[in-house]
Amino acid sequence: MAGGLYSMSAKDFDQTLDLTKVKPYGDTMNDGKVQVSFTLPVPSGAEAEEAAKLLMKKMGFDNPLVAFYKELTPGFTFFNCYGNLTHTVDYSNIYVPKVESNTMDMHECDEYIKENIGRKLVLVGASTGTDAHTVGIDAIMNMKGYAGHYGLERYDMVEAYNLGSQVPNEEFLAKAIELKADAILVSQTVTQKDVHIQNLTELIELMEAEGLRDKMIVVCGGPRISHELAKELGYDAGFGANTYADDVASFVAQEFVKRNK
Amino acid sequence: MQSKLGLDFKKVERAKGLAKEIANEVQAFVESYSTVAVERTLCRLMGIDGVDANEVPLPNVVVDDLKAKGVLNQGVLFYLANAMVNTGMTPQQIAEKVSDGSLDLTKVPVADKAELEKVMQPVIDKSINKIRTRRQYRENFIETVGEGAKPYLYVIVATGNIYEDTVQAEAAARQGADIIAVIRTTGQSLLDYVPYGATTEGFGGTYATQENFRIMREAMDKVGKELGRYIRVCNYCSGLCMPEIAIMGAFEGLDVMLNDALYGILFRDINMQRTLIDQYMSRIINGFAGVIINTGEDNYLTTADAVEAAHTVLASDLINEQLALLAGLPEEQMGLGHAFEMDPMLENGFLYELAQAQMAREIFPKAPLKYMPPTKFMTGNIFRGHLQDALFNMIGIWTNQGLQLLGMPTEAIHTPFMSDRFLSIENAKYIFNNMKSIGDEMEFKENGIIRNRAKEVLDNAIALLEQMTSEGLFNALEKGIFGDVKRSRVGGKGLEGVVEKGANYMNPFINLLKGRK
Repeated sequence: MAGGLYSMSAKDFDQTLDLTKVKPYGDTMNDGKVQVSFTLPVPSGAEAEEAAKLLMKKMGFDNPLVAFYKELTPGFTFFNCYGNLTHTVDYSNIYVPKVESNTMDMHECDEYIKENIGRKLVLVGASTGTDAHTVGIDAIMNMKGYAGHYGLERYDMVEAYNLGSQVPNEEFLAKAIELKADAILVSQTVTQKDVHIQNLTELIELMEAEGLRDKMIVVCGGPRISHELAKELGYDAGFGANTYADDVASFVAQEFVKRNK
Repeated sequence: MQSKLGLDFKKVERAKGLAKEIANEVQAFVESYSTVAVERTLCRLMGIDGVDANEVPLPNVVVDDLKAKGVLNQGVLFYLANAMVNTGMTPQQIAEKVSDGSLDLTKVPVADKAELEKVMQPVIDKSINKIRTRRQYRENFIETVGEGAKPYLYVIVATGNIYEDTVQAEAAARQGADIIAVIRTTGQSLLDYVPYGATTEGFGGTYATQENFRIMREAMDKVGKELGRYIRVCNYCSGLCMPEIAIMGAFEGLDVMLNDALYGILFRDINMQRTLIDQYMSRIINGFAGVIINTGEDNYLTTADAVEAAHTVLASDLINEQLALLAGLPEEQMGLGHAFEMDPMLENGFLYELAQAQMAREIFPKAPLKYMPPTKFMTGNIFRGHLQDALFNMIGIWTNQGLQLLGMPTEAIHTPFMSDRFLSIENAKYIFNNMKSIGDEMEFKENGIIRNRAKEVLDNAIALLEQMTSEGLFNALEKGIFGDVKRSRVGGKGLEGVVEKGANYMNPFINLLKGRK
C-alpha cells in the first residue's frame, strides 16, 4: 500500500514561510503533510479503504494515502493515513491567555517569598470530588517532585498540605479555612463526561456562596486543564501538562504580592 | 534452584521469616474481629441477595439492623440460624421479613448449637458446591480447550457501560488478550455496599456488581470457545467490600481479583484494621475459588521513586505472600505486584528494571507475578511511550512474569481505544515470540550491575523488614513506610464497621474454605 520510498513528484507550491498562512511541515515548507490514525466501524476491504480516503478528503486533505489498515475485530478496521492538509491558520494573529508570572526555581521562589512576604505561604492541595487519582497533586506537592522539579513540600517558605484524593469540595474548603490557606490547589485527573468541569465549578460556587472567593488564591491543574479554561471557570490560574511545582509556586507567590500591595 | 542473580537464598529465607513474623502479628489481631463486610459476605453465602425498595442490598439491611441493635458482635449467622430453626423460612425469606420490619432477629428464641448447625448445613453445602462447580468449569475448560501461554496478556476495558465493555473485551480477546479487567467506576472502593444489577454508567469504569460479573464471564466463555482459549476475567476485590466482592466473583467464575488491603490503606485511605480483617476472609474465598489475586505494590512507585523505593515493593510483596498463606491461598494464585516505573532517562535503567523483575521471579518462584507497565513517566508522546512499553515487554518475557499488564501508548491521555489495545497486544506478541527463550540463554555477569543491584535491593528489604518486625505493621504504616504515605491506625474510612467477636459468634466457612478446593 505504501508507495515508493522517495517522493518524485514536483514540488510546485510556494515554499516560503508565511506566518499568516501556516500549515503542517513534513520535510518541505508548506507541504502540509499530516499523519492520521483512526478506526472505522466497518469490515476491512476496498470499501473500507475508500471510506477512509473520503473521510480524509472531508477533513481537508489532498492526496490521501492509506498506508496501513487492519481489521481489529469483525466490523472494526484500523487505519494509518497520510495526506496534505489544505487548511492554514494565521499564526500572526493568535492570542492565548497565559499565566502572567515569571517562573522561578525553588530557591528563587523561597527567596522571593522571604523578601516580599516575610512569612511562609500556606498552600492546601487535593484531588477533589470522586477523583481517586493522586498522581497530579503528588507531582506538584510531594517532597520528591516530578521530572526534576522539587515538590512544594520541599520549599522552605511554603507550608504545604496535601489532602490526597476523593476530597469532597465542602471538606476541602473547611480544611483550607482551618489551616488558614493563602492558596488552594485543586487537581483533576479523571475527565470522563466532563466530571472535572462540574466539580471545579461547584467549588467556585461554594466559595462564592460562603464569601471566600476573594480570601484565597485558587488554582487548578490536570492533564486537561488550560489556563484559559481555568479563568473561564473562575479560577486565578490553571496548570496543564508540562507545568510543575515551580510554576505553581511562582504564580501563587507573585499573585499574593500583587494582591497585598 | 540455581540463581541467575547469585542471590543468597539464606537471605531470602531470612526475609520470608521476618515477613512471617509481621504477618502473624496481624493475624493474631484479625482473628478476634469481624466486620460489616464479612457479615454481609456470610449473608450472601447463605443465599441472601437482591435489594429493597430503596435499592439497599438485603445483606446490608440484615447486617445494619443487627448493628443498630448493638448485637453484630454475635455474628449474623447466629441470628439467621435461630430464625431458620424457629420459622422454617429460608435465609432469603428471613431477610425480606427483616426488610419489611415484620421480623426482629434479636427477638427469636435461641436454639441449641447442634440444631443451628444442622439447619445451616444444607445451605452451606449448596453455596460451597456452587463455587466448586464454577472452579471445576474453569479447570475443565482450560484442560479441554486450552489457554494462552504465560505471561498472560492482561488488558483493561473501561467504557463505563458493561455492555460496551463486552464489545471491547471480545475485540481484545480476538487480538490475543488472555485476561480482561473491567475497570470499576471511580469511588466504588469507598462504598460500603455492592450495587445490584447490570450497570451502564460510571466514571472511568462501571460498577463491580454480581450481574456485571455474570455478563462479562458469559461473553468471554463464548468468545473463548470460538478462539479455543480460556479468557480470564478480572475485577477489583478491594475497598470496603473486599470479601463481598470475592464471594460474588466466586459465584460467577471470575478468575483474577485485585485484592490488597495495603493498597486500600495507602491509596484509598481505608482504615487499616477494617481492611486487614476484610482481606483475610476475601483471600480465604479467593483461595478456594481458584482465583489469582493481584497485589498493588506497583502503586508505591507512582508516589515514591522506583529506584530508591524498590526494596519497599519487595518487602510488601513478602508480607503479602505471608498474609495470603495464612488465608490458605496457594502460591500459584499469588499475583504479587511490581512495576516498570523507573525514569526512562536513567542511565542503565533497563538493567535495574531487569534486576528487579528477575529478583522477584527467583524469590517467588511459583507465583504468577503481576508486572505493571510504565505509567508515571508516560508523557503523551505516544511514540516514545510505545518504546517504553516494548522495553517493559522484553523484561516480561525475559524474566517469565505471570500477568503482563499491557501498557498503552496513550497512557496519560485517555482510557484505551480499541486501536490502542491492538497496538499494545501486537507489541507484546511480537516481543514475546521474538525473544521467547532469552531468559534461558542469558546469565548475568558476576559482580556486574544487575547482580549487585538485586543484592542491594534484597539487603535493603531485609533491613526494612527487621525494623518492621520490631514495631509491627500498623506502626510502620503510621510512619509512612510504603509509598511515602502515612496512615493512622484509627483514621480512614470504615473503622465503625469493625466488631470484636462475641460468645455466640460463628463462621464455619473459614474452616470449610480455607486452604481447600
